[in-house]
Amino acid sequence: MITGGNIFTVATLRAQTALFVAVLFGVTLYASVCNLLLPQDSVFYVSTYTVTLMGKYLCYALLALAVDVIWGYCGILSLGHGAFFALGGYVMGMYLMRQIGDRGVYGNSELPDFMVFLNWQELPWYWCGLDHFWLAALLVLLVPGLLAFGFGWLAFRSRVAGVYLSIMTQALTYALMLAFFRNEMGFGGNNGLTDFKDILGFDLQADTTRVALMLCSALALGTAYLASRLILASKFGRVILAIRDAEDRARFLGFRTQDYKVWLFVYSALLAALAGALYVPQVGIINPGEFSPLNSIEVVVWVAVGGRGTLYGAVVGALLVNYAKTRFTGVMPEAWLFALGSLFVLVTVCLPKGLAGLLSRLGSRRRRLAAVDA
Amino acid sequence: MLEDLRQLLRRDQVWPFLLEPVPPAIDVSHRMILYVEGLTVSFDGFKALNDLNLYLEDGELRCLIGANGAGKTTLMDVITGKTRPDAGAVFFGQTLNLLERSEADIAALGVGRKFQKPSVFEAQTVYANLELAMKMNKGIWPTLLARLTPEQRDRIDQVLEIVGLDHRRGLAAGALSHGQKQWLEIGMLLIAEPRLLLIDEPVAGMTAQETERTAQLLTSLAGEHTVVVVEHDMEFVRSIAKTVTVLHQGAVLAEGSMAQVQSNPAVVEVYLGDSQ
Repeated sequence: MITGGNIFTVATLRAQTALFVAVLFGVTLYASVCNLLLPQDSVFYVSTYTVTLMGKYLCYALLALAVDVIWGYCGILSLGHGAFFALGGYVMGMYLMRQIGDRGVYGNSELPDFMVFLNWQELPWYWCGLDHFWLAALLVLLVPGLLAFGFGWLAFRSRVAGVYLSIMTQALTYALMLAFFRNEMGFGGNNGLTDFKDILGFDLQADTTRVALMLCSALALGTAYLASRLILASKFGRVILAIRDAEDRARFLGFRTQDYKVWLFVYSALLAALAGALYVPQVGIINPGEFSPLNSIEVVVWVAVGGRGTLYGAVVGALLVNYAKTRFTGVMPEAWLFALGSLFVLVTVCLPKGLAGLLSRLGSRRRRLAAVDA
Repeated sequence: MLEDLRQLLRRDQVWPFLLEPVPPAIDVSHRMILYVEGLTVSFDGFKALNDLNLYLEDGELRCLIGANGAGKTTLMDVITGKTRPDAGAVFFGQTLNLLERSEADIAALGVGRKFQKPSVFEAQTVYANLELAMKMNKGIWPTLLARLTPEQRDRIDQVLEIVGLDHRRGLAAGALSHGQKQWLEIGMLLIAEPRLLLIDEPVAGMTAQETERTAQLLTSLAGEHTVVVVEHDMEFVRSIAKTVTVLHQGAVLAEGSMAQVQSNPAVVEVYLGDSQ
């Protein structure tokens, strides 16, 4: 599939990772300092709105990274990763709901507003204990992780692959969307969970909390990037590539490929869930719309634009497309989907390896020219 | 209860799940390493294998010949677990039933396979290809934490030398020539240290010189390993084979030395007939 000249040496990968981490923390720390320490009328002041927007983009970037890990490296095209993202988000949302206490519209300290509205008398069992942050943090990973394990185990053991798998992931997220829309599920139905007040006792509207959440997202993205690099650079990663390119062959070498795929899928789902959990306190709402199949497809577009199988490409793609989306929907909201669609077509036709591919092509041309000059 | 706990906490023993899995031993006390009996495979009514019987002696070099559609590749598919037969039995040694195991398990037992079309991992280096094929624990955790030991590095170097790809180790396998890919595959077979090697058309696309080297290599492998070669190149078969099995319409037509097989009237009629 890919031939010659495309194998990154260990040194290039190290330099790439170091650059990525440096840029990530450089930019986010700069924004934090400028937001907290500078007066509002300073030229260098970064508004809280921008900080929150950055935090949101970083969560999207983490989600894109999760998709790149399985799509770019293992060839599993998941069109349902939004499901894991939203589940992580819902668990976090439930924790944040419990933190509201009696500050809700109905002033009921036992039940969230929407349950009072539905005339529920007591908290459903699956809401119990979620006022503890540690339990919420655990469930943020456990619930999507178990779902990914169950789904992956069934799908990969039965050797479902390719388009069929993509359709199944799509169905998974669609089914969850329909379920979460129902009021009797106890997750706020159509409106979802919102009106959050504070997290771990810190006011969600405060600048410092906003900055801290953005930095947490950057930290999560940086850690996930490093962890993914390490995993993919290990022999496990080489087996994953082998499965992508010739799964049968890998089986005949004695690798139980289905186990490898399941665990990579679970890892990827955990990254997506983490992204969702960090996303919700920053945007202040989670509703069933996050499960919409369209969202998951958008993530795939980000990765395709950035260039799959590079990790940094997914991050760059997510940031660029989302920035464009913010700008575009500000000017012409109804045209955004058309723009997104044409972007995807354009990238598929002109830049099959995305922006990362363009970059490495330019890089190698410069090296060739330099070699000719020398 | 207390007794169970004591057993569990015995300090002179290691918990079973911490031990590396030991592959079951292959029982070759009756000199035979592979038993294929009454094997029948049909695809949509077409019988690719029809009550086929084949016995391989431990350490022998066997050539399988037969026209296209005679069932050679299907036979390999069944032995390696890719295809499930409708009827019949396949035993590895006296005791190991291959039909109830998965491809990965069969490979781990020591059955190696080289495909007709060179199928190396093109996006990865020659070195990584050999590393992937190397005989070692192929579970998830051991693979995630795997570091090559000096012995394993030496082993890879040695194999690189044998297959003549020493100076190509850092190159993507996809950039190799067709013949070199064939050699890389042979290298991947060697480094997996299988007991039984199934080799599908090893010399397709090789020069005369390379063919000769392959012949040497395969003959030197026999003895320690059991080698089964499927080949169309009759000259090549003649140069390496002691025993030849001729397949025809999914069953064994004849078996014996090359001379015996060539003089067998049935064989002459269906297979060698039109080439002479």
